[in-house]
Amino acid sequence: MKVAVASGKGGTGKTIISTALALAWGRTALLDCDVEAPNAHLLIRPEITGREIVTRLVPRVEEELCTHCGLCAEFCRYHALAVLPKRWMVFDELCHSCGGCQIVCPTDAIVESSRPLGELVTGHRDELLFVQGILNNGETQPVPVIREVLGRSPEDRDVVIDSPPGASCSMLTVAAAADIVLLAAEPTPFGFHDLKMAVRAIRELGRPMAVVINRSDWGDGSVRRFCDDEHLPVLLEIPHLREVAEGYTRALPLTQSAPHLTPDLIRLRAKLQALITEAAA
Amino acid sequence: MKVCVTASHEGIDAPVDDRFGRAPYFVIVDTETLETTSIANSTVNESHGAGVSSATTVAQSGAEALVTAHCGPRAFDVLNAAGIKVFAAQPGTVREAIEAFQNGVLTQLAEADAPAGGLRR
Ligand code: SF4
Ligand code: SF4
Repeated sequence: MKVAVASGKGGTGKTIISTALALAWGRTALLDCDVEAPNAHLLIRPEITGREIVTRLVPRVEEELCTHCGLCAEFCRYHALAVLPKRWMVFDELCHSCGGCQIVCPTDAIVESSRPLGELVTGHRDELLFVQGILNNGETQPVPVIREVLGRSPEDRDVVIDSPPGASCSMLTVAAAADIVLLAAEPTPFGFHDLKMAVRAIRELGRPMAVVINRSDWGDGSVRRFCDDEHLPVLLEIPHLREVAEGYTRALPLTQSAPHLTPDLIRLRAKLQALITEAAA
Repeated sequence: MKVCVTASHEGIDAPVDDRFGRAPYFVIVDTETLETTSIANSTVNESHGAGVSSATTVAQSGAEALVTAHCGPRAFDVLNAAGIKVFAAQPGTVREAIEAFQNGVLTQLAEADAPAGGLRR
């Protein structure tokens, strides 16, 4: 099964939970799809065995062929092109690599050029397979990098995905590729609002959901009530534990900083599996 | 020469709108004859790249100067490439902006003064 661990906002223990599940379940894969701020490696500490550049195609012009007719810019719905009487300009950061400008150009003046977008890092820690996507600084399109990471998802084992936070297009790309979405929630009013947004977006996708409440002894219980009202199964509540906070600052995964939670984490696997089966029925 | 002023309505008496990529109209005024053409901005409601296509529209209008404010870096690049000088607008009407431009009291912007993607209101 593929489990996406998501959250309404960052800092709700999403990475602590995804790494802990992957480590507790044994032969798994952890895909870090939080490509704008990947940090699962800090807790997994994998041995890195591969690094590849992820590129995407952007248009360039052969000036001597360009008549500055402007058809390409007119076609580009992302306004990534500007055609002036004597200049042809492209704004790579706006381009979505659709290739359309090249097709509409009547003089074949446009050529495709590949541009680095990010990196794909692979490695392992014992039996755990690790894949991480990194979006280069200044790039604004995480989705192609996320798709590359998801493309490395193995079929022979359970896969835990550290999803991007929030109800973004990135998060939904990950949720759509998963069998179930496990939301890491925190009972603070701010996190609560973001959680509602994420739940709404994932529900529209039709993916089953479950919740882990982190620091469950904080707040006024409204997150718990929300989950009950929305029929969101709360599979685990982790109270605020000093050893977890300390472990995190020392880059220790939950399985090491609070080993007494490991049986709960292992049981979570069967519960998720049951929810997937139920949703499919 | 032709000067473009970003405005919230058509015509020379329209109030100046200071968001370049999101101003509803580009009012092009011939400073000699005060002949006025108003062009509707087709990208007012777009989230990305509004500045680039707005700048292209202004370049195609034949304007040599633009009076506006909060012009983003990409729009500024296009305007620069088209040889259009950008001046900072003050509150008022298009007519007042043109007068101020002719009196040489407007400051020329040397660089973009808004983030890419524009200011939202
Ligand atoms: S469509 Fe082709 S010829 Fe026309 S402006 Fe674009 S690149 Fe130049
Ligand atoms: S490839 Fe598509 S998005 Fe990129 S500039 Fe060409 S038309 Fe625009």
